[in-house]
Amino acid sequence: MASTLSDSQLVARCRAGDQAAWGELVERFSRYVYAISVQAFRLPESDAEDVFQEVFARAYQHLDKLRDDAAVKPWLAQLTRRLCIDRLRASARERPVADEELVTAEPDETLAFLDEALTVHEALAAAPEHCREILDRFFARDESYRTIATDLDLPSGTIASRISRCLARLKAHLEGRSDGPGPSGVR
Amino acid sequence: MTAYDEERLAKLIRALRPAPESWVRAAQELPLARKGLDEIVARAEADAAFRERLIADLEGALTAEGYERDPAVLAALRARLTSA
Repeated sequence: MASTLSDSQLVARCRAGDQAAWGELVERFSRYVYAISVQAFRLPESDAEDVFQEVFARAYQHLDKLRDDAAVKPWLAQLTRRLCIDRLRASARERPVADEELVTAEPDETLAFLDEALTVHEALAAAPEHCREILDRFFARDESYRTIATDLDLPSGTIASRISRCLARLKAHLEGRSDGPGPSGVR
Repeated sequence: MTAYDEERLAKLIRALRPAPESWVRAAQELPLARKGLDEIVARAEADAAFRERLIADLEGALTAEGYERDPAVLAALRARLTSA
């Protein structure tokens, strides 16, 4: 079940020591943090894991210093970018490269694309559960029609049409949405 | 307003794949791990030699002292030791 809490509500609960809220915050942003390190900065898995854990460790430690609770997403993005660059600099000490190479290597286009992906996942989190489940399984988890049909107890011949209908629904939601604040909602 | 076609939507959904479950779980358990972390930090503050060993070889020092090498604890401890 997708959380209906906004990012700022979630942060406030985390700050109050609500462990379930912390679990939800990690769940909500885990894909985003992961994607920044492995797609935008192309870190190897072992480095990406270190960055991932350090991002959430620092976020947990410094949550009380966040000035605007609604800004948790850009805060985490900035923290992830900084730690990825630190990691690349550390690697560069072993394999020297020009400092400018590291700076200009920051892939802004990919970061912008991941921000847009997060918006789409936010809309997906607000979609009916059957749509959320089927789209996430097919596109983000690479599950086959057969696996999805078996797990969700659906006729496999209907999976393609269900995916198409859910995409149309998601498109309508995104194109008709207001720009108000809401949960980032990556699940 | 951004216009989305099915192909672009699919690409955007695909862009955010799940992080490995063990990573997510470790981060979610951070509040619990912090209890162990606090003990190590308190000891490092009271025992300069222990602190030096942590800075020199964090994982090795923790193993030698019988602490569990939880990834979330290690990350938090690195942050504490470098920011102090």
